[in-house]
Amino acid sequence: MTLDTTTRTGLHLAGVTLRLGDGDDTVTALDEVSLTVAPGELVAVVGPSGAGKSSLLAVAGGLTVPDEGSNTVDGNDLAAMKPAARTAYRRQHIGFVFQSGNLIPALTAIDQLRLIHHLHRRRAEPREAEQRLADVGMAGKAHRRPHQLSGGERQRVGIARALMGGPSLLLADEPTAALDRARSHEVVELLARETRRAGVATVMVTHDTDVLRHCDRVVEMVDGKLSG
Amino acid sequence: MFLALRELRFARSRFALMAAVVALIAVLMVLLSGLSSGLVNDGVSGLRRLPVTAFAFADGTRADGAFSRSVIDSGQVEAWRGQPGVEAAEPFGNTLVNAHSGAGAPIDLALFGVRPGSFLDPVPAGGTRLGGEDGIVVSSTLLDAGLRLGDTVTVDRLGVELTVVGATADQRTFGHVDVAYLPLDTWRRIHNAADGEATAVAIKARAGAAPDLAAGDAAAGTTSMTLADAFATSPGYTAETSTLTLIQVFLYAISALVVGAFFTVWTIHRTHELAVLRAIGASRAYLLRDGLAQALLILVAACGTGVLAGVGVGALVADGDVPFALETPAVLTAAGLLITLGLLGAATAIVRIAAVNPLAALGAQR
Ligand SMILES: Nc1ncnc2c1ncn2[C@@H]1O[C@H](COP(=O)(O)OP(=O)(O)OP(=O)(O)O)[C@@H](O)[C@H]1O
Ligand SMILES: [Mg+2]
Repeated sequence: MTLDTTTRTGLHLAGVTLRLGDGDDTVTALDEVSLTVAPGELVAVVGPSGAGKSSLLAVAGGLTVPDEGSNTVDGNDLAAMKPAARTAYRRQHIGFVFQSGNLIPALTAIDQLRLIHHLHRRRAEPREAEQRLADVGMAGKAHRRPHQLSGGERQRVGIARALMGGPSLLLADEPTAALDRARSHEVVELLARETRRAGVATVMVTHDTDVLRHCDRVVEMVDGKLSG
Repeated sequence: MFLALRELRFARSRFALMAAVVALIAVLMVLLSGLSSGLVNDGVSGLRRLPVTAFAFADGTRADGAFSRSVIDSGQVEAWRGQPGVEAAEPFGNTLVNAHSGAGAPIDLALFGVRPGSFLDPVPAGGTRLGGEDGIVVSSTLLDAGLRLGDTVTVDRLGVELTVVGATADQRTFGHVDVAYLPLDTWRRIHNAADGEATAVAIKARAGAAPDLAAGDAAAGTTSMTLADAFATSPGYTAETSTLTLIQVFLYAISALVVGAFFTVWTIHRTHELAVLRAIGASRAYLLRDGLAQALLILVAACGTGVLAGVGVGALVADGDVPFALETPAVLTAAGLLITLGLLGAATAIVRIAAVNPLAALGAQR
């Protein structure tokens, strides 16, 4: 498999259907969802709880495979890949920002980023971790562990970690859920800035209508269906 | 090991607790191993040091107490001499007696009656070989207990006087009693045995040959057993070794379970973090390798510390009256087994990593 890293075409979801659960208990979490996100574009996904927003990110990021439809990132069909290849693709081309950071408790801020180098095995730019941490304004707290950081600081480190290696696709699931209003704005502004600067296709799920003005586009999800 | 080392450091008090348990078990293991080797030495070093391939006892003799019950005659010795693959067959006398030293101190002796000049006749490290009727060559442990070359030892009731003419270089005991070699004729006098009678036929195989014991038994009318099997004839040997083995097996199991339980809790505790790691692209193999390396590291450190401490305690114990002998291969085997079984216990827990679903990283933190 050869991956095209020179021309970025962003995320293309086409007719994606995802059913969850088994037997009589199946839920159609995604119902023929189509979505295109261009490089450098920040798209917000809003909608009620249980609408399928996290499921959308799971399919887009190759954490799960849709029952129907296709999912391509920069022209690479994630659903067609073997699981190990999908894991490798996630590692190399997709960044995740989770709710409340989801940093590794044992690692300092800088080690959260260096871990990504380690997962890649091949040596990346030696100063990348330091640079990315400085980019999000966390250079001064590089040696603190997650429990020694505020929620907003944790999210900054989480964003820096997601940007390690220069991903094509950035997926954020309620990154501001645990933050106050001011902190939420800072974090989403940072996401928007990095999205444009690095030409990443970014999808952010949020309940926070306040931060939508930083986004290029807002789509709403209701009962597994998307309306923009 | 990037993650493994940092997690060890981060959760050091938790890991230290488990490591302490494993280290204490390792200490116990070393002490038990020393006790076990010491008891085996005390029980059978006299037999083990005989240049004998097998013993043939009177027909139908059971293993426990064979040396005290069996009586064979010279015809049976002759029959064994004629067997293919047998280099030498010698009559061997064995009796436990109570005796007193010249100073009046009581001494228990395991008398080994051998024909002077035969392959059973020991070469002493000090003094002279068997020769005169009343000369005995004793285990080095008797010298440690205060007996001297030239001392007289009187066998109780019979009043037979024996003179210490030599001593072996090493410990030779049988059933926890010190061995004294003496001429077969003198043994017969003490044991009240007839001419030509002895306890068993001591058989030495030709180099590279393995005599057919069953055929020899049929020809000589005996029941034979290899030297190692004959260890069970030492009083208490089977009970002691099986008790110690049982304790050791339990300790291995406990250690593996403790390690397994710890890593089960640890892995479950890490489930969400592992899901995040999988989501951001860590492969199963990476996380499994990291987890196993962590377990190996902590096990090696804990066992290493425990073994060193055990050897230290053992050195103190060995100075006393307790039969205690630290043998490097036995200690290394115990440490190796502890580490291997611990790793196995940890592995059963760590394989859970493979089942962690990266999907769990999304949504609310569970
Ligand atoms: N593992 C699962 N098995 C069965 N059903 C599931 C599973 N995970 C989610 N669902 C269901 O799929 C639907 C979509 O869930 P999803 O988590 O995508 O919603 P969401 O929009 O992210 O909600 P929230 O805003 O509460 O995070 C819901 O009805 C949910 O109950
Ligand atoms: Mg959700």
